[in-house]
Amino acid sequence: MINTLLIYISITVIIGILSILLFRNKRFHYISASLLSLSSFITLVYSLYHYSSINHLDILSKPFSWSFPFGEFTVGLDALSLFFMIPLLILVVACSLYGAQYFRDHHPGILHWFNYAMLISGMAMVLCARNGILFIVAWEIMSFASFLLVITDSEKESVRRAGWIYFITAHIGTAFLLVTFLMLAAPVHSFEFSAFANGHYSPLQSNLIFVFALIAFGMKAGFIPFHIWLPLAHPAAPSHVSAVMSGIMIKMGIYGILRSILFIGSYQAWWGMLFIIMGSISGILGVLFAIGQHDIKRLLAYHSVENIGIIVSGIGVGILGVVYHYPVIAALGFAGALLHVLNHSLFKALLFLGAGAVIRQTGTGRIDALGGLIKKMPWTAYLFLIAAVAISGLPFLNGFISEMFIYGGAITGTVGDSGTLFSAMNAIVVISFAAIGGLAVACFTKVFGIVFLGTGRDKTLNSIKEVPGFMTSGMIFLGIFIVFIGMCSFAIVPFLTSPVTQLTGNDTTTIMEPIILISKNLTILLGISLGIILLVMIVRFLLLKRHVVYNAETWGCGYTKPDESMQYTASSFAEPITDTFKTVLDMHKDEKFSNKILPGEKWSFKSHVNDWILNNICIAFIKHADKFLGLFRWIQCGKAGVYVLYIVATLLALIIWMFFIWK
Amino acid sequence: MEIIKFLITPFVALLTAPLLFGIINKTKAFFAGRKGAPVLQLYFDLYRLFHKSSVISKTTSGIFKFAPVIVFGSTLAASAMIPFISTLTCFHFTADFILLFYLLGMARFFLILSAMDTGSAFEGMGASREAFFSALTEPIVFVSILTILHSNHSTSLFAVFTLCGDKNWIIILLASLPLFVAMLTENARIPFDDPNTHLELTMIHEVMILDNSGVDLALFEYASSLKLWIFNLLIVKIIMPFNNLGTLTEIITTLLFMFIICIVIGITESVMARSRLIKIPQLLYSAAVIAGLGFFLSISNVIKW
Repeated sequence: MINTLLIYISITVIIGILSILLFRNKRFHYISASLLSLSSFITLVYSLYHYSSINHLDILSKPFSWSFPFGEFTVGLDALSLFFMIPLLILVVACSLYGAQYFRDHHPGILHWFNYAMLISGMAMVLCARNGILFIVAWEIMSFASFLLVITDSEKESVRRAGWIYFITAHIGTAFLLVTFLMLAAPVHSFEFSAFANGHYSPLQSNLIFVFALIAFGMKAGFIPFHIWLPLAHPAAPSHVSAVMSGIMIKMGIYGILRSILFIGSYQAWWGMLFIIMGSISGILGVLFAIGQHDIKRLLAYHSVENIGIIVSGIGVGILGVVYHYPVIAALGFAGALLHVLNHSLFKALLFLGAGAVIRQTGTGRIDALGGLIKKMPWTAYLFLIAAVAISGLPFLNGFISEMFIYGGAITGTVGDSGTLFSAMNAIVVISFAAIGGLAVACFTKVFGIVFLGTGRDKTLNSIKEVPGFMTSGMIFLGIFIVFIGMCSFAIVPFLTSPVTQLTGNDTTTIMEPIILISKNLTILLGISLGIILLVMIVRFLLLKRHVVYNAETWGCGYTKPDESMQYTASSFAEPITDTFKTVLDMHKDEKFSNKILPGEKWSFKSHVNDWILNNICIAFIKHADKFLGLFRWIQCGKAGVYVLYIVATLLALIIWMFFIWK
Repeated sequence: MEIIKFLITPFVALLTAPLLFGIINKTKAFFAGRKGAPVLQLYFDLYRLFHKSSVISKTTSGIFKFAPVIVFGSTLAASAMIPFISTLTCFHFTADFILLFYLLGMARFFLILSAMDTGSAFEGMGASREAFFSALTEPIVFVSILTILHSNHSTSLFAVFTLCGDKNWIIILLASLPLFVAMLTENARIPFDDPNTHLELTMIHEVMILDNSGVDLALFEYASSLKLWIFNLLIVKIIMPFNNLGTLTEIITTLLFMFIICIVIGITESVMARSRLIKIPQLLYSAAVIAGLGFFLSISNVIKW
């Protein structure tokens, strides 16, 4: 298994290098992308076939004896990393296919597919790494390759700014990551993961490691307040790259958090509570920010924040379950969180691909400039609808199943008898999920309704055509998984067994019983419900068969010449919600009304929601940090002689230390 | 066998749901000193609409045709989740009530899309308000249900309905009052929405189905009566003081209680005016406070008897 994945990583890198050589070829995109897609597809089939042979013990580790300053590099696979590998492979298959035809009039540059291949192999290496140094190297490759992909359209000012902020946040994360691994390595004198896992850390050490790991990986995962780069970087990148980044790269942060709490071993109650509180805040604020956005990809980026919040809440429920000795709650929480990792990568990637298809065909991502696209681009529209229903957590699709598991854990925790705090914490999860669910419905009816339904708000939209076949087939591939997981949840529970037992530290598979019970009941009940809907469909068809169905204009109180400007817009649709929550949203209204009886010019209303966490908190923090750190700026004077002096001084100090103190 | 038992509830719902609107309207007519429409009026309306053809707007797409089917189908499926009498309880599991409310959420999603598909400003307005109010209502409903679950120490709502232990009436009252408010909101009743108004600017639910006619309109109307039936039954099941009756008595008592709740809705609508749109969130916040109070009383074990 691990051999296969190492071969996969090497092949991906080779395809990346090959793509540079193919630059002049007319089929540059087709060859590079379809090779990547094909190799991922074969690996995916192989991994799924051999999935059951993996248990949670890390028996597949393989040391590679490279002569290297830090000793050997170990690679390996366990249930947790293999579980994260599945969405990675699925997404690469779909997004590469899609990417083959994404670029129409402009060329993304010679290194595009190389960077893309490096991003994929970096992520796969992060999952395979069993050594701290190798992990950090892979992590940096992943971050740097994705940075280069974000600035593909670097001639635009906004893209450069997004890339810059992403670059900074990614490296703040790496800095914290280095410290985390140093703290893990110091007591055990090794960078091997196996040593971390067997090491004993004092309570102070483990709490410090936890906090640093949370910041390091939180920067990548993007929960509030570390989300600032997401809404900038995702719209800037080409859509198949945003799909990979939002779908799976930010999940590497979740993987890192889970990996670090496994290293520390004994979970603590306050971690779980912190996760629940942070998850709820990210979830609710993420969706509220999203409702106020009017750029489709920016809106989707905020939904990633929301879904990371859901995942983190699930992890919190799992940790509390372990700490309070409720294996049922622990299993449901972790199973829900893990399944949501898979589910979110599927539907979020599909949403980004759908949004990208719209942007490619119409040239704009502004929701208010679009409309009526379902008639021009039916495939994209219906696939986008599937993903929109799934991300709202509604039944028949996969988002519902994972939310249901976390709900199950949290409800079991709420009614449990472990004291008020435990009940209240779990109740926060239930209530915030209810709020998130309702608001997500509002948000995605807005996106789908304004972009795809009604009539086009711009005359240029009349000549829009559907995207070519490679792009639709990439989207269909994701759609199949979304529907399958939603309807046959019973079939995917076995995939969760070993990672969940690994995370709960409980070797018996009996803890999976509540999950099996829920998924079995859901499969039956959803099947019956779908049957009822199909029956209603047949009845409607039979009732209408005897009649002629007439077409007419939309009812406008007798007004028979409705035009596109009379429709509701995204601003007006979101206005009640953004207005009610204006205390937590930095909303700006741009109203142009005239007081004359007969208005000469057109009236207009626009609203947009700014991210006050970025604009007020982060920028203010950076400004203050800049002021303070500016005091030390004289050290970096830029003269070569002074730097030589620094080197000499350092060497001298080291020599003195070696001879007088160290001995 | 299980599945047949399971399908009895939606069958009962299909038969009795339109009756509830009849009772509400009769009560309102009584208060207004009118004779009012017959109790069975909605049945006649539905019969008439089901035999008519549809007029469909040129702006619309396939969504507009699917939506009535999905809205009606999901609502009917949701009604199947909640057992009409305790002997019909067959599928109950942890967090089962989530499925019920998420099926209703599915119905709402497509109702909103169908409204937006027409490209009409009226329907867009109704859709926006529906999305907003239901997003505010859902957490309130869940808090109330958590209170009920916690006071019975059960993870399954439908298992609670089969229990016949002592009830803590303060908790029951604090949980069912917000549910009643949620029922009024979700079913577009006064003081949140006026089902009878003909002024599009003030409507929420009715305005969303302005462009539907014939079979599609019938499906929407039927679905909204089913939704009222579901919320009504939920409240009845929570407040019904006895469950250990014979099957026949239980059917009669349940129906009787449902009719009483309809009369209460009718009275509420007769004595109240529709409140202004900006005031509605405040009404919902007060319901949320009551629900939260009930929940904290329950988890802190203050009241015990």
